[in-house]
Amino acid sequence: MYRSHVLVCGGTGCTSSGSAQIIETLQTELEKQGLTKEVCVVQTGCHGLCALGPIMIVYPEAAFYSMVKVSDIPEIVEEHLLKGRVVKRLLYNETVTDAGDVTSLADTEFYKHQHRIALRNCGIINPENIEEYIGTGGYEALGKVVTSMTPEEVIKVLTDSGLRGRGGGGFPTGIKWKLARSNASEQKYVCCNADEGDPGAFMDRSVLEGDPHVVLEAMAIAGYTIGANQGYIYVRAEYPIAVARLKIAIAQAREYGLLGKNIFNSGFDFDIGLRLGAGAFVCGEETALMTSIEGKRGEPRPRPPFPAQKGLFGEPTLLNNVETYANIPPILLHGAEWFASMGTEKSKGTKVFALGGKINNTGLVEIPMGTTLRQVVEDIGGGIPNGKKFKAAQTGGPSGGCIPAEHFDIPIDYDNLIEIGSMMGSGGLIVMDEDNCMVDIAKFFLQFTVDESCGKCTPCRIGTKRLYEMLDKITKGQATLEDLDKLEELCYYIKDNSLCGLGQTAPNPVLSTLRYFKDEYIAHVVDKKCPAGVCKSLLRFEIIPEKCKGCTMCARTCPAGAISGTVKHPHVIDPDKCIKCGACMEKCKFGAIIKR
Amino acid sequence: MSSKTSSVPFAGTKEQEAELLQVIEAYKDDKGALMPVLQQAQEIYGYLPIEVQTIISNEMGIPLEKIYGVVTFYSQFSLNPKGKYQISVCLGTACYVKGSGDIYNKLIELLGIQGGECTPDGKFSLDACRCIGACGLAPVLTINDDVYGRLTVDDIETILAKYSE
Repeated sequence: MYRSHVLVCGGTGCTSSGSAQIIETLQTELEKQGLTKEVCVVQTGCHGLCALGPIMIVYPEAAFYSMVKVSDIPEIVEEHLLKGRVVKRLLYNETVTDAGDVTSLADTEFYKHQHRIALRNCGIINPENIEEYIGTGGYEALGKVVTSMTPEEVIKVLTDSGLRGRGGGGFPTGIKWKLARSNASEQKYVCCNADEGDPGAFMDRSVLEGDPHVVLEAMAIAGYTIGANQGYIYVRAEYPIAVARLKIAIAQAREYGLLGKNIFNSGFDFDIGLRLGAGAFVCGEETALMTSIEGKRGEPRPRPPFPAQKGLFGEPTLLNNVETYANIPPILLHGAEWFASMGTEKSKGTKVFALGGKINNTGLVEIPMGTTLRQVVEDIGGGIPNGKKFKAAQTGGPSGGCIPAEHFDIPIDYDNLIEIGSMMGSGGLIVMDEDNCMVDIAKFFLQFTVDESCGKCTPCRIGTKRLYEMLDKITKGQATLEDLDKLEELCYYIKDNSLCGLGQTAPNPVLSTLRYFKDEYIAHVVDKKCPAGVCKSLLRFEIIPEKCKGCTMCARTCPAGAISGTVKHPHVIDPDKCIKCGACMEKCKFGAIIKR
Repeated sequence: MSSKTSSVPFAGTKEQEAELLQVIEAYKDDKGALMPVLQQAQEIYGYLPIEVQTIISNEMGIPLEKIYGVVTFYSQFSLNPKGKYQISVCLGTACYVKGSGDIYNKLIELLGIQGGECTPDGKFSLDACRCIGACGLAPVLTINDDVYGRLTVDDIETILAKYSE
C-alpha cells in the first residue's frame, strides 16, 4: 500500500513539455528521501489541460501542480510528499482561493462544465497496466455481452442509446452494426479508424494514449455482435506514444485471455492487428483506409458497395472511430437510457473537442451535446488571449467550416452545425480572433486539400488546385468580383462531382467563409485591403509623423533599406522597397508604425 | 512526397539486407503486409531507394511498379535520404493560426534549403508536417524526437545552434 500517488501526465502535449524528465527526477528525489515504498509515481494519459503542461496531480490531496519544472521537483518531494505541506505556490492558480485554501480541480471553470465518458479514464489510470483498467470496470461489458447477451440485444441497446458515429459523419452506430451483422459471410472484419488526420484534432490520440484498452474491449464486443473474429486498428504513424501503448495493451489483453481464443469461456474468438498509416490524409476516409490496410495506395473507391457489404479484403466490415468505441462499454454497462438522457433530441451523449488556436485553455474537453459555443470558448476555454475579440471558431477541419460570432449561442450538435454551414467533424475546434484573415484561412485549408488529394478523380485533383489559385489571386489583390462568383460556382461543382468525402467537403471552408465573411473577400477584391492585416501583398506599412521621434531604430532594423530620414526627424517608408516583414513595427518603441 | 529519385549513391550493407529479409520473412503469412514491411525497411535504411524496393519486390513477389506506386503515395515514405537531424515544422491549423508559417520560412532562410530537401552536408533536412497533436504548445517543430513548442521566430537560431557541434 502506498500512502500517496503522484499522477504525471504522459500524453503527447505534456511529454513534449518535458514530463518524462519530471518523472525521472521525481524517482531520484523519492529515492533520496527514502520514499519509494510510500509514494507511487504513475504515468497517466492526458488530463486535458495541455496548455498548463507538464501536469502533475498528487493524491490523496488531489493537489494539481501545473507547468511543473524539473527544478520544482525537489521542493515538491521534500515539502509535500515528505512533510505533507502542499506547495501552494506551484498549484494551478484556479485551485487556490485568495485566502490560500486549496479547492477541488473539479470545481474549476475548465472542468466543471465537462462530463467525461469517452475520457473517463484518461489522466486517471496508468494506460500501460491492464489491471488498472480492469479495476475501473474494464472488460466487464465484454464479459456481460459474450456470456449473457445475444448480438440482437447488443444492437438494440446501441440503437436505443442514440449513439452516432463520432468520426464526423454522425451515422447511427446501432444501424451500422445491424447492417454489418445482416450480411452473411464466413469471414468478417472489425476495424477501428484511428487515422485522426484533421489538423488541430487530437481527441482519438488522447483516448489511445490514456485508455487504450477501451478500444480493444469495444472492438471485441463489435466482433461478437457482427460475427467477426479479426479486428484491425489503423493508426497514424505520427502518434508514436499511442502506437506503443496499443502494442502493450494488445499483448496484455492476449496474456489475460481477453483477446484470442475462447474469450470468457464463451467459445468466442477475437484478435486484433495493428496497422500504421504513412502520412496520407485521405486514408481517414473509410474505403481508402481499408485499401491502405490491404497494402495498396490508399485511394478511395465508389460506394456502394458499402463496407458493411464488401469492405476489407472484399468481406463485410464494420468500421468505427476511436471515440465511438470509447462510448460503447459504458453504454452497455449503464444502459441505453442513461446515455440517451444526455444531449439534445437527435444528438445523444457527449462529444470530445480539441480546443486550439487563439484560446487560453488549449486542450481536450468533453462536453454534453447541446453545450453552446459560448460556454466552450468563454467558460471552459477561458476566453481569447491578450484581450482580443472572438471572430470565428473552425470545426470539422478541412471538411468543415467557420462558426462566426453571430452563432455564438448555438447549442452544439450534429444537425445545428450542419445547418449553419459547418459540421461536427471529428472534434477539432480552432478559435480565431480579429487578427486572423478568413480568406487566408480558406486558402490554408485548400492548400491542405491540394496536397492531400489522392488524384484519383478529376473534380478534386484539378478543382481544388483551381480553387487554391483563385484564393491566392484574391489574397494578392488581383481578383475581380466576377472571380468571386466563379469561385462559388466551382465550389458547388467540386462538391457535387467528387468521388469521396475528401473532395465533396473540400470546398466547405471556402463556402462558409464566403457566407459569413463576404465583406472580407470584397475588401480584398475591391479595396485591395486585408482587414486583418495578414495578406502581405496587400499590406502597407506607414510611419505616423506625429508619433515618430526620429530615433532611427526602424531605419537600422529594416533589412531592405526601405526607411529613410534624419535623426530626430520623422522617417518615411518607401513602399516600393518595403518587403512587409514588419520588423520595423516590432522594434518601434513609440508605436509610430502602423500597418493598413 | 516527391517522386524524384535520389542522386545520392546507394550504400546499403549486407547486415541491413539480412535484417530486411528477416522482416519480410516475419510478415510472410500476413495479408496486406507491404505497408509494415516498407515502414520497417525505411527504419533500417533511413529511406527507400529503388534498390531496396527491388529487394522487397523480389522477395514478396509484388511487381516493382506496385511498390513504387505505394511508396510515392504516402508522404512518410522517402526516396531520398534524410538529414542527420530531421526538422519538421507543424503546419496544422492550430500551429498555423499561431504563426508556424513564419517559423517555417525562417528555417528555409537560415538553412538555405526548401522543404523536402537536405542540406549539402547531410546535417539538416526540412519538412512541413501535419498536426502532431501537440496543439496545446502551438506553434511546434520537431527535430528527430525532440519537440520544441510555444515558439517564436527569434527562437529558431538558438535551437539550430544546439545541433551544430
